[in-house]
Amino acid sequence: MVKKIRVLVAKPGLDGHDRGAKIVARALRDAGMEVVYTGLHQTAAQIVNTAMQEDVDVVGLSLLSGAHMTLFVDVAELLQEKQMQDVLIIGGGIIPQEDVPRLKKAGISEVFGPGTPVEDIVTYIKKNVKR
Amino acid sequence: MGARKMTKKDTVEQIRQKHQEWEQQVYNKAIKETPERKTKFKNLSEIDIQHLYTPEDISNLEYLDAIGFPGDYPFLRGVHPNLYRGRLWTMRQFAGFGSAEETNKRYQYLLDHGETGLSVAFDYPTLYGYDTDHPLARGEFGKCGVAISSLVDMELLFHEIPLEKITTSMTINGPAAIIWAMYIANAENQGIPKKQIGGTIQNDILKEYIAQKSYIFPPEPSMRLIVDTFEYGFTQVPKWNTISISGYHIREAGSTAIQELAFTLGDGLEYVKAAMQRGLDIDAFAPRLSFFFNAHNDFFEEIAKYRAARRIWAKEMKTLGAKKPRSLWMRFHTQTAGCSLTAQQPEINIVRVTLQALAAVLGGTQSLHTNSMDEALALPSEKAVRIALRTQQIIAEESGVTNTVDPLGGAYYVEWLTEKMEEETYKYFDRVAALGGVIPAIEKGFFQREIAESAYRYQKEIDEKQRVIVGVNRFQLDEEPSIPILKMDENGEERQIRRLQNLRKDRDNTKVQQHLQKLRKAAEGDDNLMPFILDCVHRYATLGETCQVLRDVFGEYKEQAIY
Repeated sequence: MVKKIRVLVAKPGLDGHDRGAKIVARALRDAGMEVVYTGLHQTAAQIVNTAMQEDVDVVGLSLLSGAHMTLFVDVAELLQEKQMQDVLIIGGGIIPQEDVPRLKKAGISEVFGPGTPVEDIVTYIKKNVKR
Repeated sequence: MGARKMTKKDTVEQIRQKHQEWEQQVYNKAIKETPERKTKFKNLSEIDIQHLYTPEDISNLEYLDAIGFPGDYPFLRGVHPNLYRGRLWTMRQFAGFGSAEETNKRYQYLLDHGETGLSVAFDYPTLYGYDTDHPLARGEFGKCGVAISSLVDMELLFHEIPLEKITTSMTINGPAAIIWAMYIANAENQGIPKKQIGGTIQNDILKEYIAQKSYIFPPEPSMRLIVDTFEYGFTQVPKWNTISISGYHIREAGSTAIQELAFTLGDGLEYVKAAMQRGLDIDAFAPRLSFFFNAHNDFFEEIAKYRAARRIWAKEMKTLGAKKPRSLWMRFHTQTAGCSLTAQQPEINIVRVTLQALAAVLGGTQSLHTNSMDEALALPSEKAVRIALRTQQIIAEESGVTNTVDPLGGAYYVEWLTEKMEEETYKYFDRVAALGGVIPAIEKGFFQREIAESAYRYQKEIDEKQRVIVGVNRFQLDEEPSIPILKMDENGEERQIRRLQNLRKDRDNTKVQQHLQKLRKAAEGDDNLMPFILDCVHRYATLGETCQVLRDVFGEYKEQAIY
């Protein structure tokens, strides 16, 4: 049996906009992945701990508050610190195009903005998952 | 009875006969030549829409009972007899970013360009009752609203804005009582009596649990704080709307229009019952209840929603024993749908917003926020927000739709749809009642699941191209145009933190501690907390400190994550 891709969908920080995160979580599940959703108000440390405990292949971060430059980067740095470079990190939300190169440099592999068909996220994960 | 019906029975019969003939001889022939584009036409609430509506569809309505006159029961056609012929809606743009100084500049700019009311957006730490220097505030300062940590920030936010003349709406829920106290204290310090200031606090915690998710305390103490503000409001700050019962966020979280309508009015009735349980007179507090709805893409559905909301509210309030006409009024603010904006071809959002705003006006809104074209990308730039405000001004001054009250009243389709939405709302009321009421339904995740289901379905329809979103799944451009987006002052956070630290040094800390202690005692008992909170903020206790006292006593709410 082929191992299912395990994904952690996470909501860092105080942002309460969870519509996108929930839709993505459900779509990934429907696409045959195993999905863990953190729920709201997670610190970077909590997200990385969950990622470790759940042994996920992918961390998907969702944020609409505008704090992505801090909070996405925090999660990416902490994952690196914990030697979890083989976890694919992706992000989504209200993220201006000009912030994307800096996020990618920090280790967020891809950023999905408003209007992205969920199928694109599924395809991206399947193609780029590192393990 | 018959004579009071919308259409006389004999004419309905004649219409029915003629209608049948028309269907067979004209319509069916026409659709053979020009087949319909879809097998079913549905609105956003999944209601099947027929190809034509006639007097038959509303022949059960009795004009005087079901429709009536504006300013008169059941207020379907409006709460004010002459509506916009007398006074236009308040043009109120939701705004806030960075520090109090930056946001104050934006308010001055908006007022200079013809805005007629203010609306404050707070940043996340403020919404959760944390000061800017709290560890959980990391990265969030000023990002999706202004940071207000103390009365000092409130003073800067309203610098040179005449609080006795302008009304201010504040989108704040968990810590609403504290932020409101800061607004009152600021007015008092300027010598403006509480009785003169007007505005709104959102203060609607139920929809936070349901959709928006910026809650702090568990339901019971949250409801207590809200009833405290009701009571304090009608006795001390009588021109203030002490709640804005909000469907906006329910809709943004992905609900349908019917769910928005049903859940919002359901929440409203829950507040009324809570206040009555305290022993408050319904006619004392009900006139200060206000509402807040979304304006989404389906034009007529939105109009029907506002009209239905007025009629349902009036009926329900009457049933609960309200006597004053004002207690029966469903007054509301509208904001165009943020979730309908596209990051693709952002300029075309101006057109979406125009249609949505027009629906709100045709639905009789009391105040309106029009979204800016760039809001799927970032907070609005000055130019984008000016165009959004101009959109309202064009509707108000140029379109002619303000010339008569409820111009769509009596339209077969609109009246039928209004009735249909009311019917569906009552079905939801029954389902919620069967679960034991609003709070038990929240705890069981009922609303959350209903909304998540609708959100998922909507997204699927878009992804599968059953629902067209211009620029997103049709009529795309190969290269997206870029528009300039708002840049914030990078030193704002540092300045704010320095201000907080200085404040904590310079104020009379003994007094602050004394008053926080008194608040703690009161919170443990059952006194109205508003006077105690007001004392704290007057002594420059910060938002975080005051809220922490309440967190200690009340505890914090945690939700179960459902998707």
